[in-house]
Amino acid sequence: MIIPSEPIAAKDRDGLYYKEGKMSRPINFILNDRTVRTSLSPGSVVLDFLRREMRLTGTKEGCREGDCGACLVLLGEPDGDKISYRAVNSCLLPLGELAGKHLVTIEGLNEDGLNPVQQMFVDEGAVQCGFCTPGFIVTLAGFFLSGRDLTEEETVEAAAGNICRCTGYASIKRAAGRLAKDFAGKLKNGRGRLKSLVEQRLLPPYFRKIPGRLQALEAGHEPTADLRKSVLVAGGTDLFVQKPGELLARDLEFISGRKEFNGIRKSGNRCLIGAGTTLEDMRHSAVLQELFPGLPDFFKLIASSPIRQRATVGGNIVNASPIGDVTILLLALDASLSLINRNLTSPDPGVRREIALKDFFKGYKELDLGEEEILEQVSFPVPEGESFLNFEKVSRRRHLDIAGVNSAVQLRVQEGTILSAHLSAGGVAPVPLYLARAAGFLAGRALAPANIREAAYIADEEISPISDVRGTAEYRRLLLRQLIFAHFLTLFPAEVKFEELQLGEE
Amino acid sequence: MENLDAALHTRGESRFVDDFPHPEGLLFAAPLVSPVAHGRIKVLDTGPARSADGVRGVFTAGDIPGENQVGMIIPDEALLADCIVHHVGQPVALVAAVSEECAREALKQIRLEIEELPAVLDPRQAAARGELIVPSRTFSLGDVGGAWNKCDVIVAGKVESGGQEHVYLETQGTLAIHEEEGRIKLISATQSLTVVQKAVARLLGLPMHKVEVDVLRLGGAFGGKEDQATPWACMAALAAHLLKKPVKIVLHRHDDMCLTGKRHPYSSDFKIGLKEGGEIIAYEVTFYQNAGAAADLSPAIMERTMFHATGSYFIPNVRATAVSCRTNLPPNTAFRGFGAPQAMFVMEAAISRAAKALGLEPAVIQEKNLLKEGDMFPYGMAAENCRARSCWETVEEKYGFVKIRQRVTEFNASNRMKKKGLALMPICFGISFTNIALNQAGALVHIYTDGSISVSTAAVEMGQGVKTKIIQVAARTLSTDINRIRVESTNTTRVANTSPTAASSAADLNGKAVELACRSLLKRLKAAAAEDLGETEPEKVEIKKEVVFFAGRKTHLTWEKLIPSMYARRINLSAQAHYATPGIYFDKKREKGRPFFYHVYGTAITEVTLDCLRGTYEVDSVKAVHDCGRSINPLIDRGQAEGGIVQGLGWMILEELQYSEDGRLLTDSLSTYKVPDIYFVPRETEVHFLENSDNPLGILNSKAIGEPPFMYGIGGFFALLRAMEAFRPDLEFALSAPLTPEKVLLTLYQGEETERPTYKSKEGKAFSK
Repeated sequence: MIIPSEPIAAKDRDGLYYKEGKMSRPINFILNDRTVRTSLSPGSVVLDFLRREMRLTGTKEGCREGDCGACLVLLGEPDGDKISYRAVNSCLLPLGELAGKHLVTIEGLNEDGLNPVQQMFVDEGAVQCGFCTPGFIVTLAGFFLSGRDLTEEETVEAAAGNICRCTGYASIKRAAGRLAKDFAGKLKNGRGRLKSLVEQRLLPPYFRKIPGRLQALEAGHEPTADLRKSVLVAGGTDLFVQKPGELLARDLEFISGRKEFNGIRKSGNRCLIGAGTTLEDMRHSAVLQELFPGLPDFFKLIASSPIRQRATVGGNIVNASPIGDVTILLLALDASLSLINRNLTSPDPGVRREIALKDFFKGYKELDLGEEEILEQVSFPVPEGESFLNFEKVSRRRHLDIAGVNSAVQLRVQEGTILSAHLSAGGVAPVPLYLARAAGFLAGRALAPANIREAAYIADEEISPISDVRGTAEYRRLLLRQLIFAHFLTLFPAEVKFEELQLGEE
Repeated sequence: MENLDAALHTRGESRFVDDFPHPEGLLFAAPLVSPVAHGRIKVLDTGPARSADGVRGVFTAGDIPGENQVGMIIPDEALLADCIVHHVGQPVALVAAVSEECAREALKQIRLEIEELPAVLDPRQAAARGELIVPSRTFSLGDVGGAWNKCDVIVAGKVESGGQEHVYLETQGTLAIHEEEGRIKLISATQSLTVVQKAVARLLGLPMHKVEVDVLRLGGAFGGKEDQATPWACMAALAAHLLKKPVKIVLHRHDDMCLTGKRHPYSSDFKIGLKEGGEIIAYEVTFYQNAGAAADLSPAIMERTMFHATGSYFIPNVRATAVSCRTNLPPNTAFRGFGAPQAMFVMEAAISRAAKALGLEPAVIQEKNLLKEGDMFPYGMAAENCRARSCWETVEEKYGFVKIRQRVTEFNASNRMKKKGLALMPICFGISFTNIALNQAGALVHIYTDGSISVSTAAVEMGQGVKTKIIQVAARTLSTDINRIRVESTNTTRVANTSPTAASSAADLNGKAVELACRSLLKRLKAAAAEDLGETEPEKVEIKKEVVFFAGRKTHLTWEKLIPSMYARRINLSAQAHYATPGIYFDKKREKGRPFFYHVYGTAITEVTLDCLRGTYEVDSVKAVHDCGRSINPLIDRGQAEGGIVQGLGWMILEELQYSEDGRLLTDSLSTYKVPDIYFVPRETEVHFLENSDNPLGILNSKAIGEPPFMYGIGGFFALLRAMEAFRPDLEFALSAPLTPEKVLLTLYQGEETERPTYKSKEGKAFSK
């Protein structure tokens, strides 16, 4: 079977390299228990690196767009004196993001014999053809590392980004439920977590040495302060679906890992969110939850946990999808953007520009963003007094799907009167739409069915949906009306009745 | 007992085609495909691609040394189009290069000009133009014409069911390795080794013995790799043969979705006549099968549709006609159920309409007409060992259908915004390939001198657990430990002339072949043991758990002693066996016979909750009583049932294929074609296997399990329809699957009084991504 082969030029050997044959500065990271140094293009995706370069084939290619989870890996990065691990899609993960981090594949979770997660999948018959299985095992390892509550619900949520076409998930849910039960109370939180996971054989022992090894590792990739020539990757969960090949030969800067673009905090009467903050960090932010306790549930409808671990608020906005979930939510929060010069070392303080999010979108994928500007952070006014926020999204499949229509509302209501209103909708126009007229109509009016219906009429005049694979224009119009009704029925169940809102039932 | 491959899978150590170590000098192949649904090739210039970076070969129809043909039932499908293209995605040329990227890059440099011809996508339109794959066929029972005037009510209607993309997680792929003397070895992701072997031999002009096909396992298939693995295997083989280099082709998901066929969409007309009390007197149905551009397996699928035209019911007067229509879509193909779900959906739709006309619950009509022992199917076979009613009754016993219905009625009376719906779905599915010749299998069993055992069969492991069941059969027949036995890859040099692993029959056919092979070994073992013990009556020898007993008494002789002693005495420790299902036949002239060895029965209740505000819905529960004989492996069989149910629900109430008017697939990725995820599935799934239901015809008294549970999913459609009816009792809904949140919402608010101004939507780019 061994056939003599003619020598192959490096440049046409593999697509992982710069097309021009130019090598980039090497980066260092730890792959499972071994330190790796590579000069491959930082824009090549980790899935290809694993399968082609390292021939680690336990990580499977299923869709290359983050929709199946067969390629999940764990990405561990230093977080204080411990390592924080997330399960992410390796098909959308650029190699450059690995600098100074710990990458774990299914092979890196194996020990002699099966670990308890693996054993449970076998025992419950949660494995059929096996192609999706490593992805499930990896995401559950990530779940145990995360310190989330050990409930069946949370365990299942961890697997919500994984598609299995064989089992119908019943056996996977049984396995998840039993795992949650088996380990409830047995795992320490915080710094002792890793130790207890190793003791319970949920992780191989080498994990305990990783924090020290990472500290000693030189990442090899210094973030540059002058971003004028770089392609900015803020998660890249759409970028690497749309144009993976084009990124191989470019200088990439990774926004999500950089401190100056990260974090959520309150400052005076505004709440500030760094553009590189991930959606999963937003979901679990104590600051945001204090303002809006329902927020984590809204995020459950947005992408999947592995995608939320990578996707960022800035990426969602600048990607300018007319249906971007987070953008729609932020429009209802009356958010503004801070734009700064791409050259972060620029001495000119006058370059910072503030713009209302609703004014940022000029047309389909057209932004009011200068070539020299980048989005630094998003902010919104902390609501005075009690404020009601709701997010609605209907897609073909409830989870990990792009909406037919999504909509958000923020209302302040006192004694049956709407004091102020912000209303937004996606999938109904070339841009994520702030429904200014409908919102303006509601402000100052009574919380009454006739006014809600009128707002829906006005919203209908504001939109210009088209038909595509996610819904016809006719459907989107009807759906937006229903979602506007849904906002009020959800927020004010005592005051507003379904029967009163439906047309023709006055 | 657990699936014996499972441990390997959980460690990511199991190999699929794309995981095999690369042979030295491996080339990667990619096809150039037609961008139009129908047209004449005017220019095909591969010149610039040939000299592109890393390219080692570019091939078109003219380069094929043998016959440019991949069609099996009917030779009507070229591997590489030579003049006319018949569907979007039809391969036209093939590039082999040193990397996948080079191959894809080179594709862009091939000049392809096509003069477009009118395309037909609708099966009825194709039928009207006489574009049929095969002549239409009709099954009849009784006298339909004379029966209509005996009916109290007659209802007619039109029913649509959509296609379904397989979304096997492992995409199509083959690794082809050229060997000495022009031999080709293929590691292929196929359910049908012999089909691939035959097709490659024909393509390359080689005798079949020069083509070896090996399948270790598939990452899911569901019928999608029965005939449609063949073109990709042929392409890899062609390039490997011509370049004398190993060549791999593995499709990207997007290509796999655009280039391969799917479950057949059907458009059907029915007419059903009943007595006032719900007794069905007559049923007439015409199925228009959208076959796509070539025959593929469509004629066989159309046949199975006709066999299942009456579902789980006895109807005395039936006329069922099926028309296989040639359209300009990629050739549609096998998918779990193989045409039966489409037929059973029409039957249930007819009952649902009839129930409305008669003011009865559909369940009343369903129960009244359920098959009984001895009832005649339209194809001239009587129901034997009929368990339709026992499953139905056990559902009531186990789950209390009447109580659930009461609860649902109360819920609907007190809720306006949410409605629940409930449906019962009885199934009856015939087991055997309807192509009688395919009902055979071979097995080869070796015992090595250390006592370990190697088993080869024609069955392909694709997650359904057939490997585990085969090991169980061998272990039980030889009475050895499971761990002694290994099932090898499926390989045409070890087991020849393999039938596809399909029709739910792999465990039955191959299990029986293994049983026969093991029995002949057992006979030799007993004779040898008797000799070892100095006895003359081998029939008094028994082997129990690897220990030899004589006349009921334990002896000193064990498996590990007996085997080397047999080798020393030069006794054959290998056995080959062949099994052919007895007693099945079918006369196509009369359309009568006994095509099935036996039938599988079952009934499921499905409950859904509909959010009438948003048009979204959830499946609360599916509770089934399923007849799988005496299950060999309940863990595996339960998995098959649960997986089938969810795939069936996906087909009915989630998965929607959309095409542009010019025949391009629009839902061409997993971001637009949504399959069930962990949140879509029923909150509660219960599968109860019917007790005391041994099936002497099946392997170890079991019944086939792969396909039948898929059809419980049909209940999801009707449960949702009931919920919609509860909100809009004034409407008659279209019988068109799949239901989607869009269809549901538009239906719920259809024709409502509205003063809402409507605005013309403006055309432009898609806004949703």
